Amino acid sequence: MDSKKASRRKFLKGGAAAAAVGAIQSASAQTPPAAKRSLKDEVAYGERSHYVTSVRVAVLERPSPDEFGLTFHVLTPLQDQVGIITPSSLHFVGTHRGAIVPDIDPREYRFLLHGMVDRPLEFTLEELKRFPSVSRVHFLECLGNRAKVDHKTVQQTHGLTSCSEWTGVPLSVLLKEVGVQKGANWVVSEGAEEVKGAGSIPLAKAMDDCLVAYGQNGEPIRPQNGFPVRLIVPGFEGIYNTKWLRRIKVVDHYYMTYNDYGHISKDPKVAALNLQWGPKSVITFPSGGQTLPGPGLYQITGLAWSGGGAVRKVEISTDGGHTWKDAEIRGQVHRMAHTRFGMTWKWEGQQCVLQSRCTDELGQVQPTRAQLAKFFNQPADYYHTHGVPGTDNMIQPWRIAADGSVSNAIA
Amino acid sequence: MGACRMRLRSVVPLWVILGLSQAGTAQSPTYGLGKSPSAETIRAWDIAISPMGKELPPGSGSAKEGAQLYAQKCAACHGATGYGGRAPQLIRTENPTPPPGGKAPPCLSPCIRNETVMGIYSPYATTIWDYINRGMPFGKEGTLTANEVYALTAFLLYKNGVIPEEQVVDAQSLPQIKMPNRDGYVLPDWKHGNPRPFPNKP
Repeated sequence: MDSKKASRRKFLKGGAAAAAVGAIQSASAQTPPAAKRSLKDEVAYGERSHYVTSVRVAVLERPSPDEFGLTFHVLTPLQDQVGIITPSSLHFVGTHRGAIVPDIDPREYRFLLHGMVDRPLEFTLEELKRFPSVSRVHFLECLGNRAKVDHKTVQQTHGLTSCSEWTGVPLSVLLKEVGVQKGANWVVSEGAEEVKGAGSIPLAKAMDDCLVAYGQNGEPIRPQNGFPVRLIVPGFEGIYNTKWLRRIKVVDHYYMTYNDYGHISKDPKVAALNLQWGPKSVITFPSGGQTLPGPGLYQITGLAWSGGGAVRKVEISTDGGHTWKDAEIRGQVHRMAHTRFGMTWKWEGQQCVLQSRCTDELGQVQPTRAQLAKFFNQPADYYHTHGVPGTDNMIQPWRIAADGSVSNAIA
Repeated sequence: MGACRMRLRSVVPLWVILGLSQAGTAQSPTYGLGKSPSAETIRAWDIAISPMGKELPPGSGSAKEGAQLYAQKCAACHGATGYGGRAPQLIRTENPTPPPGGKAPPCLSPCIRNETVMGIYSPYATTIWDYINRGMPFGKEGTLTANEVYALTAFLLYKNGVIPEEQVVDAQSLPQIKMPNRDGYVLPDWKHGNPRPFPNKP
């Protein structure tokens, strides 16, 4: 036993020495061989292979960091992802105004639940963790996730959505603990960042399936995603999933916060398409910017999701929407979560347009831009160049040219 | 657990048990975690202002006072005229050309331009007070006094043609201001399991 311990210590010491040598080499500007990794990489917190280079990028419409030196909206590289879980490091980021990520000491963290309740309560993080927890897989998606004609890749058209396993306390458990009073019908949630972003959601949703979450993919939520605690409002527009959650107030009417005012609509037809995401899907391979090396066998694959619940069916068209075939669901299906689909496909080398269509558990079907135009009494190609009203869940076409190059086929 | 409860009941006076069950007929705490916040804690944290303005603190301000404050604390980012700075537009302009050296302010989703500046588009004036108070000035949030927030709110409302220059804004008058977009929104009517009203046919 003792000798085993001793040899292990020797081994660790050797590792530390090797790491120190590495540091010295770096300091003297000699590039260490790629195979030599730091102690941190080897033991403490693993890094991905240096051959893997997939990264987030800023939205096309606004660079990050911006003129204030702030990160605004950054996009998940969906084209590189497999399965349904977005690595936490690659989760998209949306902020109210290029918010500064607050540095919250979890020991100092407090969450206040008050308003129209019998017993307002204040919780520490440790106390929140003493409630029974649940872990659920849910997508998040920013209202700004809107495919445009000038977007080249699926990262640009759809990268403001990601999917994680979230762990936390059901908000309904906490609301029952404080005792919601009669007449309450909205809740206002508020973050602890410098702008204290706040939004109003229906009490019915808060009692239904929302989470006061502290875990993301098996570890504490990342700072850019709300460390130490955020609200998860499954299927709703991203902005309501308040990060750095510090307070929830139970109220009897809509509060029209700054975030709310930016998301309101006068037209009841548009308002009804807001708040909760409709059924949506996108092919991630082959997608814009990629190239098929030549005719032959390929796996078409992509992601489907819906704010309305579970994905029931995904169809794929390889002829611009004339005919459709059911895709396979490849992996687990969770409600309000990314769902992986795929289809084996033989490309003969001809020019063609690929697209996918999602149907969810409510029977909602993902529309084309032409269908949306008909619904709003606009010319068929109107939404090729105009913003889609409400949440944008339009079918995304990709054109494959005879040389195998793939491009955005919206227009 | 069950045994524990039985034991407790046997020593707790009957009126306490009755009292508890009366207070908590609808919902009683199951876990007993967390602590009751003091009234001061709630007051200090409770910065969300409802359209009725019941959370508004005492104080007042006018557009004249607000003009000075705006020049000192806001113009550097939002532009001297409330347009053309590097931060979003605050004041409607008839001449939407960026001033020399300035450029078009960021236009995102939602795109804030002329008719959608908060001083016009927000259905309630309370939203303006709330946002200035919680989030401005950038980098010095929480440093404005209640009077200063009233004055800046009055200034933005005046510059966007909503109130006259001399109107004094306070906790009573702010919620009464009729915003041009007061009826400009439909509340989302969310119900679990309701499909969106859209022709769901392929």
